[in-house]
Amino acid sequence: MKKLLIAILAFLPTFAMASSANAPAMEHANVDIRDKAAMQRGAQLYMNYCMGCHGLQYQRFERTFNDLGIPLDLGLQHLVPEGTKVGELMTSAMDTESGAKWFGAPPPDLSLITRLKGSGTKGQDWVFTYLKSFYADPTRPFGVNNEVFKDVGMPHALIELQGLPTQATEKQLVDGEMKDVYVGLKATGGSMSASEYDGAVRDLVTFLAYVAEPSRVDSEAIGKNVMIFLLVLLVLVFLLKKEFWRDIH
Amino acid sequence: MSNAPVNKSRRRFLTAATSVVGGVGVVGAAVPFIASWNPSAKAKSAGAPVEVDISKLEPGQLIRVKWRGKPVWVISRTPKMLGVLDGLADQLRDPASEEPQQPAFAQNIHRSLKQEIFIAVGICTHLGCSPLFLPDTFAEQVEGIDSGFFCPCHGSTFDMSGRVFQGVPAPLNLEIPPYRFIDDTNILIGKLEGEA
Amino acid sequence: MQNLINWIDARIPMTRVWNMHLAQYPAPKNFNFWYFFGFIATIVLVNQIVTGVWLTMSYNPSAEGAFASVEYIMRDVEYGYVLRYMHSTGASAFFFVVYMHMFRGMIYGSYQKPRELLWLFGMFIFLALMAEAFMGYLLPWGQMSYWGAQVIISLFGAIPVIGDDITLWIRGDYVISGATLNRFFALHVIALPLVLVILVFLHIVALHEVGSNNPDGIDTKKKKGTIAEDDKPKFKFHEYYTSKKDIVDSIPFFPYVVLKDLVAFTIFLLVFCYIMFFAPEMGGYFIEAPNFEPANPLKTPDHIAPVWYFTPFYAILRAVPHKLLGVIAMFAAIILLALLPWIDRGKVRSIRYRCEAHKWNIVMFAICFLALMKLGAGTADDLNKFLSRLFGFGYFAFFGFLWLYSGNEKTKPVPERIA
Repeated sequence: MKKLLIAILAFLPTFAMASSANAPAMEHANVDIRDKAAMQRGAQLYMNYCMGCHGLQYQRFERTFNDLGIPLDLGLQHLVPEGTKVGELMTSAMDTESGAKWFGAPPPDLSLITRLKGSGTKGQDWVFTYLKSFYADPTRPFGVNNEVFKDVGMPHALIELQGLPTQATEKQLVDGEMKDVYVGLKATGGSMSASEYDGAVRDLVTFLAYVAEPSRVDSEAIGKNVMIFLLVLLVLVFLLKKEFWRDIH
Repeated sequence: MSNAPVNKSRRRFLTAATSVVGGVGVVGAAVPFIASWNPSAKAKSAGAPVEVDISKLEPGQLIRVKWRGKPVWVISRTPKMLGVLDGLADQLRDPASEEPQQPAFAQNIHRSLKQEIFIAVGICTHLGCSPLFLPDTFAEQVEGIDSGFFCPCHGSTFDMSGRVFQGVPAPLNLEIPPYRFIDDTNILIGKLEGEA
Repeated sequence: MQNLINWIDARIPMTRVWNMHLAQYPAPKNFNFWYFFGFIATIVLVNQIVTGVWLTMSYNPSAEGAFASVEYIMRDVEYGYVLRYMHSTGASAFFFVVYMHMFRGMIYGSYQKPRELLWLFGMFIFLALMAEAFMGYLLPWGQMSYWGAQVIISLFGAIPVIGDDITLWIRGDYVISGATLNRFFALHVIALPLVLVILVFLHIVALHEVGSNNPDGIDTKKKKGTIAEDDKPKFKFHEYYTSKKDIVDSIPFFPYVVLKDLVAFTIFLLVFCYIMFFAPEMGGYFIEAPNFEPANPLKTPDHIAPVWYFTPFYAILRAVPHKLLGVIAMFAAIILLALLPWIDRGKVRSIRYRCEAHKWNIVMFAICFLALMKLGAGTADDLNKFLSRLFGFGYFAFFGFLWLYSGNEKTKPVPERIA
């Protein structure tokens, strides 16, 4: 019996790890969905660089502006297409047919992207890493490929910020021979430095994490009160039970 | 079993305290269920204020716009229509619009912001039919008055300010929605002056 | 007040039912941790029904609108996300509570004579609950909803000769479509809840007829006239029970057991609300990530796994390298549980007084069940298949061992009375 237990305990970690062995390493996005400034910057980036193709069709402008602390009239002036009403859904201007024609498949809606790509913060990490993993690949229709999404069907939308990264190699001594060793992506020619670009992508992911579950902050605020309430109730119910059970003991 | 006497007051206190706190919990748990019946963001968006362009509205003409799913009339009243309003008081139920059927700005004889432009929710206050606008043939319903509104369902009659006549089933004047003028020819229905 | 009660009692047996089933219902005084879950399961059922009714108010059961209407509930309906998470967390909580409740029955022999029918009603509840959960999981119309349903419905294709016709008939289309969604919706919100409520009612009626078991597995209803008057509990029990048997070592269900259950229930609520408000996805076990993409009949997600509460049986299904036999093994895993009252030939109920082998057998069963649960959620690589077979074998072996040793079991002496 004990041997069996030991065998199980020995096996469990192996196959827990086996399932995630060949996934590429993800960087941590470390977003804070309470950081309104970051979300505002992220929203602006999203409107400028993503919204043309990717809608957020389940989310409304009004809710977004309110939650992000953007005054409605200011948001309407700067962040939405002309003639949009504040209560409308944040749909993309591109129709699915032309999307399918240009990119092979219609660009997906991104309302839930950070929840779709993994539970907990894993989805946020995925989007963060994905946006940092484009690289020059002349064999692809848009001249770019992506390290975490092989043969991706979209161009590098943030190229003017990051520049065009290339898969950089360095000459290194391996087993007594000089070889070209892959050392990561190096971007040049963008308007942002590498750390500025990281920040911008983090803002964007923060915004998307908010859009994926706009009730998250409210939910946790209510949850805290509920927990405190239940603890009080627990004390009372426990005392009441004890009082009545004196009949028995 | 202990022979200690039961402490009745402690027992009663704890029962009451637990019941009250538990009751609070039940009320709290009911909040999402009750609140979820309020108009959703989608319904609110569909019920957002609507803009009406009245530059092509001719005197004596009525246009209908939909606001929160209800017909809203926008009518340009002729001087003749306005002239009659003054002398009707003794035939009306609520000539001074004392019932809260209008925003404060419309509690007057013409029940509007600008005298000639009349805006009202086109729903009879009796059972919810939409009355007919009779610009010329209203005298068939109320002797001596040429224009007004007549509800075909149960025969209620209203004057050109939407005020209800006596002796008909409708109890109240027609409802005046909140609205404001964006400029001379554009009206925003659903929002008062100064409302965000 | 008393007049009103009299008025009602003359027309419907309100006071009698209250006394018979609550205030003067005898419950053994030694209920422990394992006895909380029946009470909690009842309340979770109520939660599921009430939140379910509210969700249907905003949900749209059509292939075109289902996914969007769930997001509508999550975003546009006031507190809609609370209602939805109460329901989704409740579904997992229901299975957790029911599994604990069933395990209690196993360790204390609550299925043994005279509680066979009580156990069978329980197993029918479990079956109805699985059907209810399976159909409910299609309703959000996400990728996992769609492909999970696809896999499970395809199981019926394993039936010889008529299998393909049956799957076609269940779907009402050549693939899972709006027609399937609509019938699942109808069954999920009306038919199965009704069945569940009726079965729970019968479960409780059966329980109150035979009386509750207890951690010692000792009868608390003795032959009439064998117990001295001053040895009986000081509480008043309903004459329905006392006229037939002498009741010992028992306490009234209300208020004593109810209060104890309420303490446990409040602790349960703390955990439940924590998950609901802070981690409703529960790391992808309660709400799976691929379900955040609308159903797409042309593209299967990379990795399909049922929700955690189905994975033990799913692992057994996958472990058998033959379609029909796999399905048979899966259903056998459930049917064997239902047959426990007859597989176990022992006369002693509680694990406390049974043989050493029985203890180890139950430990092995629990380990196999949990391991299968973990394996069913993973990808079916060779290691997974090997382990699934190993633990699947252990799962079935439990019943075989039980039948063997229980025929001539060396038990410890069972006390006459609860200490």
